[in-house]
Amino acid sequence: MTQATDKPRSFQEIILRLQSYWAAQGCAVMQPYDMEVGAGTFHPATTLRSLGSKPWAAAYVQPSRRPTDGRYGENPNRLQHYYQYQVLIKPSPPDLQDLYLGSLRAIGIDMALHDIRFVEDDWESPTLGAWGLGWEVWCDGMEVSQFTYFQQVGGHDCHPVSGELTYGLERLAMYVLGIDHVMEMPFNDPAAPIPLSYGDVFRQTEEEYSRWNFDVANTEVLLRHFEEAEAECEAILAQEATDPKTGKRIIMAHPAYDQCIKASHIFNLLDARGVISVTERQAYIGRVRALAKKCADAFVQTEAGGQAA
Amino acid sequence: MPDLLIELFSEEIPARMQAKAAEDLRARLTDALVEAGLTYAGAAAFSTPRRLTLTVQGLLATSPTTREERKGPRIDAPEKAIEGFLRGAGVAREDLEIRDEKKGQVYFATITRPGRPAAQIVAEELEKLIRNFPWPKSMRWGAGSLRWVRPLHSILCILTSDDGEAQVVEMEVDGIRAGNTTRGHRFMAPDAFSVTSFDDYATRLKRAHVVLDAAERAEAIWQDATNQAFAAGCEVVEDRGLLSEVAGLVEWPVVLMGRIDDDFLDLPPEVLQTSMKEHQKFFSVRNRKSGRIERFVTVANVETADHGATILAGNQKVLAARLSDAKFFWENDLRTVREEGLEGMAEGLRDVTFHNKLGSQADRVERIAALAREIAPLVGAKPDLAAEAARVAKADLQSEMVGEFPELQGLMGRYYAQAAGHDDGVPEACEEHYKPLGPGDAVPSAPVSVAVALADKIDTLTGFWAIDEKPTGSKDPYALRRAALGVIRLVLGNELRIDLTNGLLISGRRSMASMLCRAVEVGQHSIKFPLLESLGIAKGDSSIEELNKKSLEAADLLAKGFGSGVPPQSWEVERSNDLLAFLHDRLKVHLKDEGIRHDVIDACLAMEGNDDLTLLVHRARALGAFLSTDDGENLLQGFKRANNILTQAEDKDGVEYSFGADVKFAETDEEKALFAALDTAEPQIGRALKAEDFAGAMRAMAALRPAVDAFFEAVQVNVENAVLRRNRLNLLSRIRSICLQAADLTRVEG
Repeated sequence: MTQATDKPRSFQEIILRLQSYWAAQGCAVMQPYDMEVGAGTFHPATTLRSLGSKPWAAAYVQPSRRPTDGRYGENPNRLQHYYQYQVLIKPSPPDLQDLYLGSLRAIGIDMALHDIRFVEDDWESPTLGAWGLGWEVWCDGMEVSQFTYFQQVGGHDCHPVSGELTYGLERLAMYVLGIDHVMEMPFNDPAAPIPLSYGDVFRQTEEEYSRWNFDVANTEVLLRHFEEAEAECEAILAQEATDPKTGKRIIMAHPAYDQCIKASHIFNLLDARGVISVTERQAYIGRVRALAKKCADAFVQTEAGGQAA
Repeated sequence: MPDLLIELFSEEIPARMQAKAAEDLRARLTDALVEAGLTYAGAAAFSTPRRLTLTVQGLLATSPTTREERKGPRIDAPEKAIEGFLRGAGVAREDLEIRDEKKGQVYFATITRPGRPAAQIVAEELEKLIRNFPWPKSMRWGAGSLRWVRPLHSILCILTSDDGEAQVVEMEVDGIRAGNTTRGHRFMAPDAFSVTSFDDYATRLKRAHVVLDAAERAEAIWQDATNQAFAAGCEVVEDRGLLSEVAGLVEWPVVLMGRIDDDFLDLPPEVLQTSMKEHQKFFSVRNRKSGRIERFVTVANVETADHGATILAGNQKVLAARLSDAKFFWENDLRTVREEGLEGMAEGLRDVTFHNKLGSQADRVERIAALAREIAPLVGAKPDLAAEAARVAKADLQSEMVGEFPELQGLMGRYYAQAAGHDDGVPEACEEHYKPLGPGDAVPSAPVSVAVALADKIDTLTGFWAIDEKPTGSKDPYALRRAALGVIRLVLGNELRIDLTNGLLISGRRSMASMLCRAVEVGQHSIKFPLLESLGIAKGDSSIEELNKKSLEAADLLAKGFGSGVPPQSWEVERSNDLLAFLHDRLKVHLKDEGIRHDVIDACLAMEGNDDLTLLVHRARALGAFLSTDDGENLLQGFKRANNILTQAEDKDGVEYSFGADVKFAETDEEKALFAALDTAEPQIGRALKAEDFAGAMRAMAALRPAVDAFFEAVQVNVENAVLRRNRLNLLSRIRSICLQAADLTRVEG
């Protein structure tokens, strides 16, 4: 395999190289999910598709939002909106570690000069009722990816097991490009007619969202939205499997899961607003998990979830 | 006799699991082989991040043939019975032997089990072991169903005969066929190669940049690290746990030493150390002259053309990012405490819920401060200082530094208390009031620290008792057993004389007060009017407003402790007794480790003043020592005999013999001698007990032994003459009452 080991010059070049690398490995290169999520795992291409027996291979960028991490664009590494690169392959291929290392080579990390390590890190998502075993991958002491073999999602045992790779794109890119402050990172080619830095693209939005997340978001409205999303999710799943209009069996796992995603993100916003106490926190997480489990239950009843049509 | 070599090659095994896994592989497989008849001369196991290896030397090539003789039915037994026997034994009828037994002629079968080749047995046992390996956590991967700690890639399993011929053991687990090949270092020598014996394996591995033995890797790391540090005029801060963890993260250790930027050198050394160890697994390196931590050692897994320059630069950069965070937190925190004091930093505790039913951390701090003030005189601390320390001791929980590094709680409190100008033991109390954290943790002895530490733990206990969240079975989410053990070790370690009941009652009242306030705040009442009425608060109508009003009234009253004049109510006494019993249970566990028997503790627990743990333990130690002597053991028998005779007589006669033994009715010398001995011992024991000299009291009791033994030898108690009998029973009761002053010997076994 010949891969470019020359250094990429911009944030977007790293993304593009990952896209073509994983496309070349046979992954369906998908687009970001069009909803606010806390991590790439929430994309139904991961959460739902890791369930059931049907083989799957997907890779995509997912904009992710963590309201509590907002720092008004001032912190060199912390952002309330950032990008994750996500790969999910089911069943996990036997050479997944090598494939992963190939992706690092593709973005210009030379294994002969760097120290790559797989350090134990078990992954758990209490809101998704999911867990897996794996590692955080270190490059010269810096965590550059999460590598997980999913064991359970939405309370269901994964059969077969999916291998999941998550790259924190800004951090990885800053390392590869040798940048100290995220806002100074070249977004497009520095030699482009209009060179743009990460800050040119995102500094202002970081500021705006930090203010809104921490101080302005209307918590009463958010609390109501949470309840509504929860109720809608349950209402969707309570429908008969047979659609009275078409007469077809249509289980609405994805629309229900959208509501679950919504509830999860609203919970994150409420958390950032500081209106959720430690004990309440557990209760909210439990409510989102209950939705995720119901969505998983529904998905495995569908064709994509492995049910014979 | 052949040697066996096994290697289980997988994706990276968590460092913390490697050593035990290697040992499990060795112990379980060799046990299974021996069980199957294959004895061996020696075995050793090794681990790296990617492999578990076992070598067994001098294994039997074949298991021995065994013969078993089995007795069957009589020859005239029904045909069915004989056929059944043949089937069970797996032999033909003509192979049976007939022997004459008492009951007639009987069939005997001899079952011969031929020995089996080692390869066959190894294949079976290894497969079983792989399928049932005791990993603390295991996983599936791909489409298979095999579980291993991480995906298992290959199995090397060979038997090497004396002449050096290697034979692959034929076996397969979930599609993985055993072979004679392995791989070297992931990056430096990734190709497969075959091996013929353990020595060959170890040598080739080393050539392929893998050091098989974890101890050898650790030793190499330590040697190299100390040498590099020494050359720079420094020394490595020893950390065994970190060393073994790091040795489990590399197959080919390459030690690199780097400098910490000058910008960060004024951070507290603990911050540097924690940040480097927790996040980066770096060793701290101290300047031998200044004692400051100025450098770090990191261990890479690879040799590079630039001698690690890129790797070191990367690590240094990550460290700088971490430490700039830490420095930012440190400077912000210092600014806060200099401008607003620790009290200002602690402000935020109002918004932190300690427990939904007990209110905020700030409420809790108030309770602890009040209790610490009360405990202070009992531990030799100034009440004002103890209260001051308690009020600021949890402030650092609101600091940015502890937010980032929770393990620095307490320690940062000390630094910030100093920065805020606190003195006189207050900064130390901020650090030490969490202690002792576990059975091995040191117990604080500075008076202010002791007062706050005790108040903290007692408040935790009474709080969770108030909301009925006691530990059950293995569930102890609030670590209440640890808090109880903390109280015990603080009291015993400092020989404190405290009647805990009083402390538990007062602290219990404050917990109830917080609970009532919280109930009003969140509108969830679990306490009803009758309890409030017991405090003298008149019942109103049953509206929620009324319940709120009365609850707050009761909280006001309870918060005053006993200053309110309302005596402890039965529900309070019951609760504090229950908590005391919990403390006593933990004390028993604690003393058991010291070798004091549970029945000895029970005998002492039954005495007055058992909430004074120091007194209780002194008594138990003296009693334990006493009972381990010959005199003690015999006196105990004498006491039990006296007590048995008395109890039977008292049951029969329906009276209590407790007074009036008179020497003038004594007939025999032994009887008179017992009177004399008791007359001597009684005041001695009384004096000793009054002085809490339990050893002295036990000595005086031991002196009774000859007289008691001689009395039972010579004198019959239950005689016809009623006067004599009553006198002797009353004499026995003197033995009983004297002994019972020291401890409740009826509870001692034996």
